[in-house]
Amino acid sequence: MSNETKPYTEENEAGNQPLADTLVEPSNVGHEYLIGQQTSQPAPLPEVIPSGETVEESKRLAARKAVTQSFWSLVRHQYKKNRVAVYALYVVYFLFAVAILADVLANDKPLYANYKGTVYFPVFKQYLVDLSLDRWSPDLVTADWKDLDQSGDLKSAIWPPIRYSESNEDLENALTPPSSKHLLGTDGIGRDVLSGMIHGSRIALSIGFVSMFFAIIIGVVLGALAGFYGGWVDSLISRLIEIVFTLPIFFLIITIVAIVQQGSVWLIMVLIGITGWPGVARYTRGEFLRVRNMDFVSAATALGFKDARIVFRHVLPNSLAPVLVTAAFGIAGAILTEAGLSFLGFGVPPTVVTWGSVLNDARNDIHAWWLAVFPGLAIFLAVVAYNLVGDGLRDALDPRLRD
Amino acid sequence: MIQYIIRRILLFIPTLFAITVISFIITRMAPGDPAELKAGAGGEGGQRANQQINEQIIKQIRAQWHLDKPIWYWTVLTDEKDNNGDLKSISDRLTFHWNGTQNGYHLWMADVLSGNFGNSYQDQRPVMEKILERLPITATLAIISTFLSFIIAIPIGIYSAAKQRENSKVDKSVSTTLFILYSLPNFWIATMLIIFFGGGDFLAWFPNNGLHGNDYPYGSWMANTGDLLWHIILPIFCYTYASLAYLSRQMRGSMLEVIRQDYIRTARAKGLSERIVVYKHALRNSLIPIITIMAGILPSLVGGSIILETIFSIPGIGLLEYNAILARDYPVVLASFMITAILTLAGILISDIMYSVADPRIAFSKREG
Repeated sequence: MSNETKPYTEENEAGNQPLADTLVEPSNVGHEYLIGQQTSQPAPLPEVIPSGETVEESKRLAARKAVTQSFWSLVRHQYKKNRVAVYALYVVYFLFAVAILADVLANDKPLYANYKGTVYFPVFKQYLVDLSLDRWSPDLVTADWKDLDQSGDLKSAIWPPIRYSESNEDLENALTPPSSKHLLGTDGIGRDVLSGMIHGSRIALSIGFVSMFFAIIIGVVLGALAGFYGGWVDSLISRLIEIVFTLPIFFLIITIVAIVQQGSVWLIMVLIGITGWPGVARYTRGEFLRVRNMDFVSAATALGFKDARIVFRHVLPNSLAPVLVTAAFGIAGAILTEAGLSFLGFGVPPTVVTWGSVLNDARNDIHAWWLAVFPGLAIFLAVVAYNLVGDGLRDALDPRLRD
Repeated sequence: MIQYIIRRILLFIPTLFAITVISFIITRMAPGDPAELKAGAGGEGGQRANQQINEQIIKQIRAQWHLDKPIWYWTVLTDEKDNNGDLKSISDRLTFHWNGTQNGYHLWMADVLSGNFGNSYQDQRPVMEKILERLPITATLAIISTFLSFIIAIPIGIYSAAKQRENSKVDKSVSTTLFILYSLPNFWIATMLIIFFGGGDFLAWFPNNGLHGNDYPYGSWMANTGDLLWHIILPIFCYTYASLAYLSRQMRGSMLEVIRQDYIRTARAKGLSERIVVYKHALRNSLIPIITIMAGILPSLVGGSIILETIFSIPGIGLLEYNAILARDYPVVLASFMITAILTLAGILISDIMYSVADPRIAFSKREG
C-alpha cells in the first residue's frame, strides 16, 4: 500500500496548486490517477529530482506531476475547504506531539542536572537504562531528584514543565483539587492528574493506531478476497462479517478481559483489532466490486498479469480511499472503547494510567469533579478530532460534493 | 417476499451456530472453576471444615453444569511420547478423540433449543426468568429514549437540510453541534451529570442511582410515577443525546439526497413554495432510511447499555450482564450473547423488509443477503 501511494502524497506536499478547476469531470478522477500510474510504470522514476536535469526529464516530471496531483491533491484541496476538519487535524497533530514528548513534558526527573560536578540528562539517560545500554551510578539508582534539588545537591537543573511522573504516588496529597502544585489535582492515591493525562495520551493513541492497524490488515485482506473473487469466497467472508457484526462486541471484550484476568494494553489492542475489521472489510469489498469491472483491470487481465499483481498494483491503490475514512472513524472508536473498558475497570492493569482509568476514579468519589472533567475532555477531544478528520476526508473523497 | 424472508432466516443459521460456538468456547476456556467458586462461597460459613464434603459438592455442581464433560465433539490430544516413553514422530503426535454427544456444547445447545437457558450459577434461578424480570426496565428506557430522539431528530434534520440552501452558516453550525454531540462519550457525560447535578459538591437536583426513592412503593400512584420520572431523567438524557445526534445527521443527509433529485426540481419549477416542496414532496422519501434505522434499536431494547446501567445502578439487563461477568455466571453470559445476536439479526432483516415496504423500487430478488 505505502509503496504505491506514498510518492504521490509526498509530491503533493511540494506543490499544492489547486487543480480542481482544471478537472472538467470530477467522476473521472480515479481513472486519470490510474492511467498515470499505468504509463509511469515502465520507467522507474527517481525519488529525488536531480539538480542538473535535462529538459526532457523536467518535462516528463512535470507531466507526471500534473497526472499525480489530480487525485490526492484534489482531495487535499477539498479537505482544506472544510475549516472544522482542518482544525481537527491540528488537534490530531497536537495529541501526537503530546504523546511523543510525554516524558519531556511530565517527569519526576530533571531534563538536565548538574549533580556533584557531573552533568546528567536524567530523562534521556532513563531511556538508555530502560534499554539496558546504560546504568545509573549506585547513589542515583533510587534517588529522588526532587529531594536532591531541594537539599541543594544539584548545582543547576532544568525541570520539565510538570514535575511528576504519571506513577508517582503521594498518599499525603491524595484527592487534592487543582492547585498551583498539581494543576489538575490528584487522584485517589495522590498521582498527578495532568501527568497521568499526558502519559495517557500515549496509551490512547497507540491503542487507536495499533488496533486499527490489525483491523485494516484483516479487513483489507478479507474484503479484497471477497470483492475480487466473488462466488463462494465472497459468501463465506460475508458470513464472517455478519458474525462479527452480530456479536455484542463491547460485552464480548469485557467477558474476555474478565476471563483472562491479567489485562494488558496489548490484549486490548488485539481484541479491538480483531473485532473491528468488518467495517473495513465491507468497504474494501465494495470498492473491489466497483473497481474490478473497470476497463483498466480488464486490460491488466488481458495482458496476462497474475492475480496478485492485479490486486496489489492496480485494484488496491484505487480502493484504499474509503478505507482511510473507516480508519479515522475506527481510531476514534478504538479510543472510545478502551476508555469505556478502563472506565468499567476492565481495561489495562491498574498500574497503567489511561484517560479511562482516571475517569473511573471519579466514580468512587462524587466530590472529585476534576477526576471527571479533565480526562473526559481529553477522551472527547481525541474522539471528536478523529471523527471530524474522518468526516472531512469522506466529504473530500465524495465526488458529488465537489464544485 | 415470503420466500425471501425464509431464505434470509435460513442464512442466519450458520451465523448463529458460529456465534454459539464462539461464545461457548470463550466462556469454557476461562481459568478458574465456577463450581469451586460456588462451593467455596457456600462453605465459607462452615470455615470450609470438611474438605471431603466440599469436594463432593464441587463434583456435584460440575456434573450438574456439564463441567466434567469435554467442551466439544472431539478432542485433539498432543502426546509427544508413546506408551513406552519414546518420542513419537510429528505426524503421530496429534490424535483425535471423538467424544460423541456427551459434551458440554451439545448438552447446552440441546437445552437452549428446547428453550432452556439453564440456571444461573449465582442463585440457581432459571436464566430466562432473571432476564425476563429485568426486561421491562431496560425496554422502557430504550423505548422512551428512542421515541424522544426520533421526534426531536427529524425536525432538526429537516431544518438543517432546508437551511443549507438559503443560509449555509446555520446548517454548518447545526451539523457541527450534532457531530460534537455524537462524539461525546456517554460514560463521561453520565459521570459529569452525577457529579454536577447528582449531589456532589455542586447541585443536588437529581438522584444519582437506582429507579426509586425511599417512599416507593408506599406512595400514591402519582407520587410513584413522579419519583420514577425524577430518577430516569439523567439516564434518559444519556441514552438519548447520541442517538438523537446520529439520527439528525442521517435525516439531514437523506433530505439533502432527496432534494437533489429531478422530481424536486420539477416541483420547484412548477412554482410550488419551498415549504410544500420540502414537506409534501421531499419529506416522505427522505424518511425511508430513517424508518429502517428504527429496526436497529431492537438489540438495545433488550441489551440495554452495560455502561449506563452500571453508572446509574439501573437494575436492567445491562447491569445483570455486568454482574454476571464479574461473578463468572456463564449461563447468564451465554444467554445474553445468544439473545443479543438473535435480535441483531432480526433487526437487520426487519430493516431490510421495512426498506422494501417503504420503497417499492427495491426488489427483493435483486438483493443479496
